[in-house]
Amino acid sequence: MSTYAQKRGFGATLWDYLTTVDHKKIAILYFIAGGFFFVLGGIEAMIIRIQLAIPNNDFVSAGFYNEILTMHGTTMIFLAAMPLLFGFMNAIMPLQIGARDVAFPFVNALGFWLFFFGGTFLNLSWFLGGAPDAGWTSYASLSLASEGHGIDFYVLGLQISGFGTLMGGINFLVTIINMRAPGMTYMRMPLFTWTTFVASSLILFAFPPLTVSIFMLMFDRLFGSNFFVTAAGGNTIIWEHFFWIFGHPEVYILILPAFGIFSEIIPVFARKRLFGYSSMVFATVLIGFLGFMVWAHHMFTVGLGPIANAIFAVATMAIAVPTGIKIFNWLFTAWGGSVSFTTPMHYALAFIPSFLMGGVTGVMLAVAAADYQYHDTYFVVAHFHYVIVGGVVFAVLGGLQFYWPKMFGTMLNETLGKITFWLFFAGFHLTFFIQHFLGLWGMPRRIYTFLPGQGYELSNLVSTIGALLMAVATVVLVINIIITVKKNERIGNDPWGDGRTLEWAIPSPAPFYNFKQLPLVRGLDPYWIEKMEGKKGMTPAEPLGDIHMPNSSIIPFIMSFGLFVSAFGVMYRLDYAWGLPVLIIGLVITFGSMLARSLKDDHGFHIHKEDLIDDDNEKGVKA
Amino acid sequence: MHAEEKMTYEKWPAAPEKQTLEAKNKFLGFWFFLGGETVLFASLFATYLALKDRVPSADHALAKDLFEMPLVFLMTMILLTSSLTSVYAMYHMKNFDFKKMQLWLGITVLLGFAFLGLEIYEFNHYVHEFHHTFTSSAFSSAFYTLVGFHGAHVTFGLAWIIALMVRNARRGLDLYNAPKFYVASLYWHFIDVVWVFIFTVVYLMGMVG
Repeated sequence: MSTYAQKRGFGATLWDYLTTVDHKKIAILYFIAGGFFFVLGGIEAMIIRIQLAIPNNDFVSAGFYNEILTMHGTTMIFLAAMPLLFGFMNAIMPLQIGARDVAFPFVNALGFWLFFFGGTFLNLSWFLGGAPDAGWTSYASLSLASEGHGIDFYVLGLQISGFGTLMGGINFLVTIINMRAPGMTYMRMPLFTWTTFVASSLILFAFPPLTVSIFMLMFDRLFGSNFFVTAAGGNTIIWEHFFWIFGHPEVYILILPAFGIFSEIIPVFARKRLFGYSSMVFATVLIGFLGFMVWAHHMFTVGLGPIANAIFAVATMAIAVPTGIKIFNWLFTAWGGSVSFTTPMHYALAFIPSFLMGGVTGVMLAVAAADYQYHDTYFVVAHFHYVIVGGVVFAVLGGLQFYWPKMFGTMLNETLGKITFWLFFAGFHLTFFIQHFLGLWGMPRRIYTFLPGQGYELSNLVSTIGALLMAVATVVLVINIIITVKKNERIGNDPWGDGRTLEWAIPSPAPFYNFKQLPLVRGLDPYWIEKMEGKKGMTPAEPLGDIHMPNSSIIPFIMSFGLFVSAFGVMYRLDYAWGLPVLIIGLVITFGSMLARSLKDDHGFHIHKEDLIDDDNEKGVKA
Repeated sequence: MHAEEKMTYEKWPAAPEKQTLEAKNKFLGFWFFLGGETVLFASLFATYLALKDRVPSADHALAKDLFEMPLVFLMTMILLTSSLTSVYAMYHMKNFDFKKMQLWLGITVLLGFAFLGLEIYEFNHYVHEFHHTFTSSAFSSAFYTLVGFHGAHVTFGLAWIIALMVRNARRGLDLYNAPKFYVASLYWHFIDVVWVFIFTVVYLMGMVG
């Protein structure tokens, strides 16, 4: 057990990652897959911006443009932003609460592979007759009329990856409730753990409506049902309701963990404890709660009536209050602190005004009467890119720089990191700030071109130049990662020097059992407390003993692969004779592996005390 | 206490379904899963209510034409009883009486199959007598999806309980499989609760028009 760092061949490493149930390795898988899809979604964004750089452009056709814009949105939300945040949750949250793994390591692996196969399936549409083209919202009135199998790829791909997300959410909830170290009370949990907790409960209650609506769309398209077919008594507004009952909590599922990451970064580099910890927790929970009551603000122009619009408008504006609390708390944390301007801190400080701008336009959009003017214009595009890029993507980039040493034991280059930051920051505002005005001047979203002489030329060109800067920033980030991996300078437990929470008290990267002895938590920012009292590490809460660990398993991979196979079957069932057998084979693989998992006892294994003592003492938690 | 330990009546704890950390996690995680399932069925109910009696033309059967009290009342009684028998099974599980637990689980499974058989008969009846098929109207799509999702849950629950009974038939109870039996029975209760709502919202409210 002590030789986990030995050199191995590629095949062995691959098998290790295919079968792993270790949350830290699953995190790396999430980062690789999420990073890949992020680049893919970025390329799609570049195609959009190139097409719109000049009027009457014919870089892509109108139909292809629809596919590109649909896949850009779908990929970025479901296959890039969420998996990258899941990567952080997996990599950091168990360490922050002093746990040796998540509650369900097997399910954790299953969640990743479901997401991976769902995302792969969705993107195979590019090679198999065309991608979905009804927008990431896929409103039924459009998507039912879409020809070919594009929408079917959307429906089946998202269904499979959605199951994975739901399992991940349940897993994190149980982990946080049941597996905290001794002394880690709820109100001592780091903010990132709190936001993971609230985001996971949103996943639990927001994903089932999506599951149902996706099933209905699948039934309508592939099995002849009539949920959204008006001529047969159906109602397409049902899709809009369900999509947004899912979709609005979804944006909080994305932004809350981002808030959590910044709430970790700012205290470390301001060298002050987080201002207003309890109000931060309260605000997080309140945002999560209110997030379920505002979905119809996406549907103000549907015609739900003035009463419904007014209620949803007021509820939406109410969310500005807890968000404002958070903004002030971050400011007050940095205020008067001994701030060091590292790359993560750059992202954190840039996030505050950038996200705030997105929040302000959010309140503007919440005014139902005014929304008739903004609806489906570039104003909306500018708004949600300000919150998602200015919030989530900044958090992912800043968090990557911040937690890279904890995940890989080596630090990303700070100079290159700052170059990435400045290019990205400048490019982001250049791209999206002007789009507010494009929208107010009347440019509709989701159009593949515009005419000259309407005053949109210069602004669109500026926007495209900004997007180029973001692309360059991403290239610099990739170079930075390659250089860092190549150099591989090892660092110690607490590379930033001012780590406050438990993850910085253990080696970087953490040993596969995380904590040799579970730590005793004596307050908020437990590692900081020990350091302030002159101690080198955490006080153990238990004597050195055997550690129980889960077994690796290939079953999660096979189970997800079965659904991937059956998705092809269900889609081509009506076109080809082999469709139905393939559907059945896929389901047999999935349910067969579920049965195998259920029948075969899996007790895990124990790392024995003697092996832990043998283990390099430098790497263990000092008693 | 270790999960693999050989158990006796004397050693058997009061709450065998949550003795180990794994069991506690399973217990809590399953409750969360049922929370998500609740939202799933709530969405299906909402869809059904929105699309109830929405048919393309007047010659389609409506809810009040379709449903007949004796059949659905019988189905309801069978499923409610099966929930009771699964409680008996868990009672014997807690008392470390493996044989009686298996017996009551067996009765639960039989009742489940009876329910499923009646449901298949019911659907078949609607299709052949009323031409009320999955594709005939928005109402029929919503009806078959809601009730069919429930039926699929019953089927899955039956397969699950049977797999557990067969797998553990020879070795009896221990702290590794007790939580498995327990969450399977939770699932069965959940199915029953959903049916109570289906009986009320779909059938009772359907018959009054």
